[in-house]
Amino acid sequence: MSLNIIVLAKQVPDTRNVGKDAMKEDGTINRAALPAIFNPEDLNALEQALRLKDANPGSKITLLTMGLPRASEIIREAIYRGADNGIVLTDRVLGGADTLATSYSLAQAVKKFGKYDIILGGRQAIDGDTAQVGPQIAEKLGIPQVTYAEEIIELKDGYVTVKRRLENGVETVKSPLPCVVTVNGSAPDCRPRNAMRVQKYKYAASPSEAAKLPDDRKELLEKRPYLNLQEWSAAYVDADPAQIGLPGSPTKVKAIENVVFTAKESRQLDDSDSQIEELVKELIANHTIG
Amino acid sequence: MANFYTDNPDLKHHLTHPLMEKIVALKERNYTDAEKFDYAPLNYEDAQNSYDKVLEIVGEVCGDIIAPNAEDVDHQGPRVENGRVIYADATKENLEACRKAGLMGMAMPRRFGGLNFPITPYIMAADIVSRADTGFENLWGLQDCAETIYEFADEDQKKRFITRVCQGETMSMDLTEPDAGSDLQSVMLKATEQPDGTWRLNGVKRFITNGDSDIHLVLARSEAGTKDGRGLSMFIYDKRDGGVDVRRIENKMGIKGSPTCELVYKNAKAELCGSRRLGLIKYVMALMNGARLGIAAQSVGVSELAYREALAYAKDRKQFGKSIIEFPAVYEMLSVMKAKLDASRSLLYECARYVDIYKIYDDLAKERSLTPDERKESKHYSKLADALTPLAKGMGSEYCNQNAYDCIQIHGGSGFMKDYACERLYRDARITSIYEGTTQLQVVAAIRHVTTGTYLNLIRDYQAQEVKPELQALKDRLAAMTDRYAKAVEAVTAVEDTAYNDFMARRLVEMAGDIIMAYLLLQDANRNETFKRSAEVYANLAQAEVTKHADFIANFNPAEVAMYKVD
Repeated sequence: MSLNIIVLAKQVPDTRNVGKDAMKEDGTINRAALPAIFNPEDLNALEQALRLKDANPGSKITLLTMGLPRASEIIREAIYRGADNGIVLTDRVLGGADTLATSYSLAQAVKKFGKYDIILGGRQAIDGDTAQVGPQIAEKLGIPQVTYAEEIIELKDGYVTVKRRLENGVETVKSPLPCVVTVNGSAPDCRPRNAMRVQKYKYAASPSEAAKLPDDRKELLEKRPYLNLQEWSAAYVDADPAQIGLPGSPTKVKAIENVVFTAKESRQLDDSDSQIEELVKELIANHTIG
Repeated sequence: MANFYTDNPDLKHHLTHPLMEKIVALKERNYTDAEKFDYAPLNYEDAQNSYDKVLEIVGEVCGDIIAPNAEDVDHQGPRVENGRVIYADATKENLEACRKAGLMGMAMPRRFGGLNFPITPYIMAADIVSRADTGFENLWGLQDCAETIYEFADEDQKKRFITRVCQGETMSMDLTEPDAGSDLQSVMLKATEQPDGTWRLNGVKRFITNGDSDIHLVLARSEAGTKDGRGLSMFIYDKRDGGVDVRRIENKMGIKGSPTCELVYKNAKAELCGSRRLGLIKYVMALMNGARLGIAAQSVGVSELAYREALAYAKDRKQFGKSIIEFPAVYEMLSVMKAKLDASRSLLYECARYVDIYKIYDDLAKERSLTPDERKESKHYSKLADALTPLAKGMGSEYCNQNAYDCIQIHGGSGFMKDYACERLYRDARITSIYEGTTQLQVVAAIRHVTTGTYLNLIRDYQAQEVKPELQALKDRLAAMTDRYAKAVEAVTAVEDTAYNDFMARRLVEMAGDIIMAYLLLQDANRNETFKRSAEVYANLAQAEVTKHADFIANFNPAEVAMYKVD
C-alpha cells in the first residue's frame, strides 16, 4: 500500500550550542548568532516517515514547514534523507504567530495539500518547547492525535499502531487514519543524508531562492523540474487574515527575563553521617531532590 | 555532533590538489555523464562540490555513529554461529548507516549504481573511516574488491555483482591459506570445472577478513597438477549459493570488530572471473595494489587519531603546574607525530592521484584507442603508482605504529589503562604493517624502483618545481639529501652480492621514502602555509634518517652480512 505522508518540520535556532551573544538586549533571540538547524525531534519524525516509506514502496513523503524563505534548507535536508518533496509556507503576514496561529496556518496548508494518510511531526521544537502545534493541528483538522510516539509498530487496514514513551512507562495505542503522530526524541535518530540524493538534489531551490541565482542555475531549474521546491503564501492556503500572524495570536509576551544560573554560595560539609543526612533532608524539603 | 571531514582542513587541501582537475575531467569523460545521470557533475567545480558534500556525509557518519561505536565494537566483537558470522551489534549499526548514506560502491561507475568517484576522494573516505574505527574500515573498504570485478569480469558478472555491492553488500578476498601466506603461489584450494561451465571449490582458506561476506573473490588452483602461480585462477563465490562455512574466527590483538575467518569450501559453486591462469599473476597483483593503497589510507587514519588523542591529552594534563604540552619533550613528540601524519598523508594522496590517472586511462582504452601521448602518460603514471604504493603502505603503516606508540607515551600511565582510546588504537595499528604484505615485502616491491631510478627521477622532477623564496633554503637541503641517497644507491648496487643488496634494501627504500615525503610536504607548504611547520620538522627528521642510513652503508663492509646470519 502506498501512503501519502506529511512530515511537519521547523527550522530552529540551534539552542543546544548557545554562546554569549545568543540573546539580544531586549531578551529576544539573536537569530544571526545561532545556526539554523532542522528541529531535532522533527528529524525523529522524518525517520519514522522514511521507515513507513521503506515498508510501503511507492509512498510519498512531503515535508511541510512554516517559516522564513530560508526554511527551504530543511526541505533539501529532508530530501537528501529520502523525502520526496517539500512545501515552505512563507509570507510576511504569517510572522509573529503563536502556536494557535501557527497551527491554524499549517492546518490550512494541509487542507490545501489534499489527500493524506498520516501526518508526522516532532514532539516539540527546541526554540519554543511548547509541544502544542502538532496536537492543535489535529484538532483543527478534526482527526485523532497520538503524542510522544517512539515507534510506529504497524500501519494497515486504515489503522496505525504506535508505541508511546510516557513519563513512567510505555503505552501502545491504535488510532484510525488519518491522524497526527508527534514523535519523541527517544525514537531512533534519523538516517544520514544519502550521497546519491545529495548530488541529485543539491541545486534544488524555492522560487525566492531561484530569483537570486545566476542564469545557468536558473536554466538547470527549468531543465530539471524536480529541483523546484514549492512556496505557498497565506492567501494560497485560503488563510483568514484575522487568524494568522500577530493578529491571530492571542499569546502576548509580557516580559522576558534573562536567567543566568550561577553558583552563588557554597557550603562545606565534613564527611560525617549527620551532616550528609541533614543536607539530604534539606534538599528534599526544598524539592531539589525526591 | 562531530564531523571528521570538516574538522580536518588538511583533507580539503589534498582533495583540491591542482592535478585533480585533469583527473576529474578524464574520469567524467568531460562531464558527458550529466546527460544520462541526474547526479553526475556538470563541470569540475560541480564535481568538487559533490565530493565535498559526500565527504561531509562520510565525516558525519564517522563522527556521530562509527567513532562513538568503536569501543563497543572492540569489546563485543563478532562471533560465529552455525557457520555464519554474527557482527557486533554496533558493527551492524555502522554498516546500516553506510548503506543508508549510500557510501558503498563509491568508486564504481554510475551504470551499476555507483558514485563514479575517482580513487582520490574514495581513499579520502577510507582515511576518515579509519580514524573513526580502524577495524570497521576493513568491512567498508573491502568494497574495493568490486574494482577487480569491474576490471576483469565479463559484463554480465559486472551487472550482477557490482550492482549488489553498490546497494550495500559486503565483499572479501579469499587468498591466504594455512600454508600460503606471503607465498601465494602455494595456494591449494581446488577448483573443478563442471560440464555447465560453473566451478566447484574445495579446501580451506585462513585469515580471511570479513570471510562471511556476500560476495567473495577467491584464488584457487584451477589447473590440476600445477604447483606455481600460473595454475591459479580467480573465482567469484556468491554467498547466496552456499557451500562455504566459517569454521572459526581468530581471537586477535586488534581490529576486533573485523572478523578474521577460517573458511571451509565444500563443493561451493563459483564462477570464473576473467581468464584461467591469470588469477595470481595478474588479478591478485591488481587487487593487492588496490588493497595496499587501502591499508595506506587506513594507516593515515590511525595516525590522525593518534595525533588528535595525544594532542588533546597533552593540553589537558597538568603536571608541575602546567599543561604537559608546554614541555619540549612532549611538544617535540607531538610535532614529529604531526609531521609523520602529514608526510604519510601527502604520499597517500600523491599515490592515489597517480593510480587515478592510469586506471582512468585503462578504462578509457576499453571505449576508444588512446593517443600515443595518452598511452605514454598512462604508462608513466602506472609506473609511479607502482613505485609509490609500497612506500605509502610500508612507511605509512610504520608511522602509524610509531604514532600510536607515542600517543600512549604522552598519556603516561593512563595510556596503559583501558580507559583511553589510545590503548585500542595501539592494538589496531599493529596489523597495518603486516597484512596485505608486511613492511619487509613492501621493501621487496619497492627496491626495483630504487635500482632502476624511478624514485630518483621522480625526486628530480620534484626538484625542478619552483617554490616560494622563503622555502628555497629548505629545498636546497632536500637536494643535498638526494645526493646522499644517490651515492648510497650507487655504492650498494656496485656490489654484486644478492644477500648484501637485500640486506641494504630497506635502508635505500626508506631513504627514498623520506626524501619523497619531504618534497611532497615542501609542495604542500608552497601551496598552503599551514604545512610549513610539518615540512620543516619532517625535513629535520628525514635528514637525520638519511644521514643515519648513508653512514651505516658507508661504514659497512659487505662481508659483514654473514655476521648477522643467525643459525
